[in-house]
Amino acid sequence: LCIQEDGTVLIYNLFCEFKRHFSMGNEVLQNHVLEAKVFHTEYGTGVAILTGAYRFSLTTNIDDLKLRRMPEVPGLQKPPSCWAVLSQDRVTIVLLAVGQDLYLLDNTSCSVVTPPGMSPSTGAYLQMAVSFNYRCLALFTDTGYIWMGLATLKEKLCEFNSSIRSPPKQMVWCMRPRSRQRAVVVAWDRQLMVAGNSTECIHGEHRFVLDEDSYLVPELDGVRILSRTSHEFLHEIPEASQEIFKIASMAPGALLLEAQKEYEKESQKADEYLREIKDQKLLPEAVSQCIEAAGYEHEPDTQKSLLRAASFGKCFIDKFPPESFVRMCQDLRVLNAIRDYQIGIPLTFTQYPPWDRHMTDTSSSPSRLVLRRLYPLAIRICEYLRLSEIQGVSRILAHWACYKVQQKDKSDEEVAHAINQKLGDTPGISYSEIAARAYDCGRTELAIKLLEYEPRSGEQVPLLLKMKRSKLALSKAIESGDTDLVYTVVLHLKNELNRGTFFMTLQNQPVALSLYRQFCKHQERETLKDLYNQDDNHQELGNFHVHSSYSEKRIEGRVGALQNALDEYYKAKNEFAAKATEDQIKLLRLQRHLQEDFDKPYLDLSLHDTVSNLILDGHHKRAEQLYREFKIPDKKYWWLKISALANRGDWEEMEKFSKSKKSPIGYLPFVEISVKHHNRYEAKKYAPRVTPEQRV
Amino acid sequence: QEHEVEKMFTLKPGRLPQADVKNIIFFVRPKLELMDIITDNVLREDRGRSPQRDFHILFVPRRSLLCEQWLKEQGVLGSFIHREQYSLDLIPFDGDLLSMESESAFKECYLESDQTSLYHAAKGLMTLQALYGTIPQIFGKGECARHVANMMIRMKREFPGSQNSIFPVFDTLLLLDRNVDLLTPLATQLTYEGLIDEIYGIQNTYVKLPPEKFAPKKQGEGGKDLPTEPKKLQLNSAEELYAEIRDKNFNAVGSVLSKKAKIISAAFEERHHAKTVGEIKQFVSQLPHMQAARSSLANHTSIAELIKDITTSEDFFDNLTVEQEFMSGIDTDKVNNYIEDCIAQKHPLIKILRLVCLQSVCNSGLKQKVLDHYKREILQTYGYEHVLTLNNLEKAGLLKPQTSGRNNYPTIRKTLRLWMDDVNEQNPNDISYVYSGYAPLSVRLAQLLARPGWRSIEEVLKMLPGPHFEERQQLPTGLQKKRQHGENRVTLVFFLGGVTYAEIAALRFLSQMEDGGTEYVIATTKLINGTSWIKSLMEKLEPAPF
Repeated sequence: LCIQEDGTVLIYNLFCEFKRHFSMGNEVLQNHVLEAKVFHTEYGTGVAILTGAYRFSLTTNIDDLKLRRMPEVPGLQKPPSCWAVLSQDRVTIVLLAVGQDLYLLDNTSCSVVTPPGMSPSTGAYLQMAVSFNYRCLALFTDTGYIWMGLATLKEKLCEFNSSIRSPPKQMVWCMRPRSRQRAVVVAWDRQLMVAGNSTECIHGEHRFVLDEDSYLVPELDGVRILSRTSHEFLHEIPEASQEIFKIASMAPGALLLEAQKEYEKESQKADEYLREIKDQKLLPEAVSQCIEAAGYEHEPDTQKSLLRAASFGKCFIDKFPPESFVRMCQDLRVLNAIRDYQIGIPLTFTQYPPWDRHMTDTSSSPSRLVLRRLYPLAIRICEYLRLSEIQGVSRILAHWACYKVQQKDKSDEEVAHAINQKLGDTPGISYSEIAARAYDCGRTELAIKLLEYEPRSGEQVPLLLKMKRSKLALSKAIESGDTDLVYTVVLHLKNELNRGTFFMTLQNQPVALSLYRQFCKHQERETLKDLYNQDDNHQELGNFHVHSSYSEKRIEGRVGALQNALDEYYKAKNEFAAKATEDQIKLLRLQRHLQEDFDKPYLDLSLHDTVSNLILDGHHKRAEQLYREFKIPDKKYWWLKISALANRGDWEEMEKFSKSKKSPIGYLPFVEISVKHHNRYEAKKYAPRVTPEQRV
Repeated sequence: QEHEVEKMFTLKPGRLPQADVKNIIFFVRPKLELMDIITDNVLREDRGRSPQRDFHILFVPRRSLLCEQWLKEQGVLGSFIHREQYSLDLIPFDGDLLSMESESAFKECYLESDQTSLYHAAKGLMTLQALYGTIPQIFGKGECARHVANMMIRMKREFPGSQNSIFPVFDTLLLLDRNVDLLTPLATQLTYEGLIDEIYGIQNTYVKLPPEKFAPKKQGEGGKDLPTEPKKLQLNSAEELYAEIRDKNFNAVGSVLSKKAKIISAAFEERHHAKTVGEIKQFVSQLPHMQAARSSLANHTSIAELIKDITTSEDFFDNLTVEQEFMSGIDTDKVNNYIEDCIAQKHPLIKILRLVCLQSVCNSGLKQKVLDHYKREILQTYGYEHVLTLNNLEKAGLLKPQTSGRNNYPTIRKTLRLWMDDVNEQNPNDISYVYSGYAPLSVRLAQLLARPGWRSIEEVLKMLPGPHFEERQQLPTGLQKKRQHGENRVTLVFFLGGVTYAEIAALRFLSQMEDGGTEYVIATTKLINGTSWIKSLMEKLEPAPF
């Protein structure tokens, strides 16, 4: 981050490549920046600014910019002597000191506060420091007095008198997570002082001489001291290390280390030491101590000797779970690798949290390496840690590819090819993600090329649509076989294109066309007609009209629609359908007459039922007429007539009919139908006329 | 109820039923028609009621952007708090049977070129492979089969990381298009289960039967109050007796039932011989099992009687005779008298359509004159509105004019031995027993694939529609099967567009053959019979009242 005088904040990446910028608001623009602080909380990285008008403006997260202007400090005429940003209960507040007064600024108000246990004679505040975790606060006054307490200003932890009255250059906290010992490091030009509450180590003051101008960086578990030529790390010595390396320590870990050394010298003292630990039944503890202490060491040689001791001790325990040992070896290997001067990430063990690395690696080393574009090492570490490909290697390759697409000096082909060469079919790679990045960089062509490698159409298609390559999206959707995806594109196209172009596009994609037809069938029947019209599909048009004729509520409408169908069937050269439709129109008209003449419902009956009903009602002439007009086959007519007559119980007419001419269906049906109606008498009449072979 | 579900309702338009619940979940297939119903439901919801009810929607088997888009356009998308999917593609029906229960799959694929159900099928097969290992060999016949196989290969490529390390259960997958074998479902199934389905229709393994035969027989009050609700029975292989008889030819069922009856009554007689306390105790311990067996026997005897009434009717016999004539290639090129008579007497339309289609398929299409005659007859008798249904059947290839002028069916029949004259219904030696003479073409293809392989029937395969193909999926060396001698291969046969119970019976018969060497597991888009199948292809046109 780079904050300019007018309140513009520029964001660069690790390689000093400009990313983006934002402004801290008008007030800052007008009054300029007097002082700025960048701070990190669990909500991200924030920026706080003191303006020329002695007002504070801040944002708690630069990725989700919300500017906040803090209330005015009453009567503030000069810049505060020192100030700090605190984060309490999810609220970011500013603490500032003016002379002997402390003010607390929150969103709405400004209040004067007094730290508990602070004597009034301590003088004006010169410097303040907030601990890494925002829990502790230290104040330095012009009498050389240091107050250390909780950041809530509710409790004093300890106080200390340094007897140095000149204002310090820097003051920072130095503490270790979960440790009860707290210390403050104060730096002057050439002098460093550590002050704290510990009874043993830092009782009173400890002063060191600084050879060079130095800068202090407070971190999670200690303080980095940077100068032009050196980089040192000051931290509280962890308990495990203390126990082992304290002079004349009799802790089990220390004894185990001693035992192992003697063992290497082939001295029997090894056994004595070992027995001493075993007698106290402390061997497991000794091994754990050595393993833990190894983690805190930066020198590989010391690490090795501690691990050797642990491994030696392990041999004498029946069931010591090996995980902690193995994990420590792995962790140290990774840590040593990234601490190498060519990589230069001197993380401490505490800062490289093992509980983190298996789950998400956003904060652990592979990700740091990726941000530094140290892709090969990152991949090797992932392989070494046996992270699954999807979790590890794939993600790194994807990052690499996203970086690659930003290289503007190479042609689209080259980049696409290079990416595919390296990524191939590595599982878990999302080509569409890379393509999206390419598209964001304005390289649409490259994005399309990359999408070619994306096997999942579900990912390809939305991006193609976003890039306005709808036709390509359509063919990709079709390739996938996922009809829902095809529908999505089709409806998108429908809104995007004019009707003519839309139809033309569909013409070339039969799959999409038939799906769209399905859609129209349910939702837009009129469009369906247009679609058929466009491909001169007369058969379907005919069917369409038949279909719609049945929703007509008036007979004229029905006949009209059928007439349309008739025309289309003729055009389709479907003579059968045309003829059938013609007959149907004729039948409908006839039925209307019948309905009027007999005042009975005839409409919408089939021809068969119409004739049958006519006979049932005794209108034999009209039945005869229909039989001729529609050329009902003889056989069928006979069947129809005798069953209708039998239903009517008109045996007389039946007999007459049987004699009208030779039956095309023989006389067995007459017998059967009579029997069916329990009329044995009638049945007997026809029995003699049944052919002998059917008579049985 | 375990999850505090208060009530279940079937989806229908209008106001939602009153129920004092906070949450309402819609389980739906992703279809637009259904979305309209839901929209209606939601819009009619009483805004003023308290507490306000929350809506959720669960798509089966897949969330659909189209449907969500549609709901959005209707302005109700926001009413749903959760929109999720329940990826239920293949539903297990029995130990060896999976179905997607997608009624319209055949119609969608062959009439409307909507391959959504094939996509679901491919997804289902991927799930199956994730659970039971990658299937090393894929065979297929037909356009849809090709499409499904392509999608599977593609989906596998989409998730290259998920190389699964499960030892494969299936050796082979056979994908078959229904339109490769249009004939089989048209014929009347003659296995016990097939007949139950033909006559009463089996719905999701349940059958509803006329109650008269199941009235409890108590002396003295017989016939007084017959139950009026249809008797509902579940049919699956968990029932010992049913497992034994379901796949038998119906003519062989009677003897099994009477044999069983003797065994059971003999078992009950045992009690008279039981003398010692120990023997009585043993007898009593077997009682529940015996009683279950007895009630199962009683049920099936009743069902068999019901069926027998129908199968012994003259009409059933005439119908079957005509079917068998067609299938054995007799008089398939002329207008059939029986069909004509049936039309004249206005027998059920579906029966007519089945017969006409059967004739058409057995003749590789009908002569234009014959076809037109049938069509005219049908329209005259059953009404003009069926013109669209006929059109659908033509589009599906069930009904067609003979175009090439050559009838391929006899060649296919002979090469694949589809008609067997010497069929043994009691102790079958060939799959043709399921149709008393006709061996289902689809199953024959499966049988020939296992031995000697499709290469021997290349010529015939070319006559059937669609491409045939073979794909291999690489397995890591560790998972390749080393077959022990005598171990059976397992083949999954997937029928795209539906399968009948008789075909399932035929495949089970092949599984059980001693020297078969192959076990079959069956999957399908839907369990069908000729009636339900033709019904799914019919266009339902209801005239608006004048």
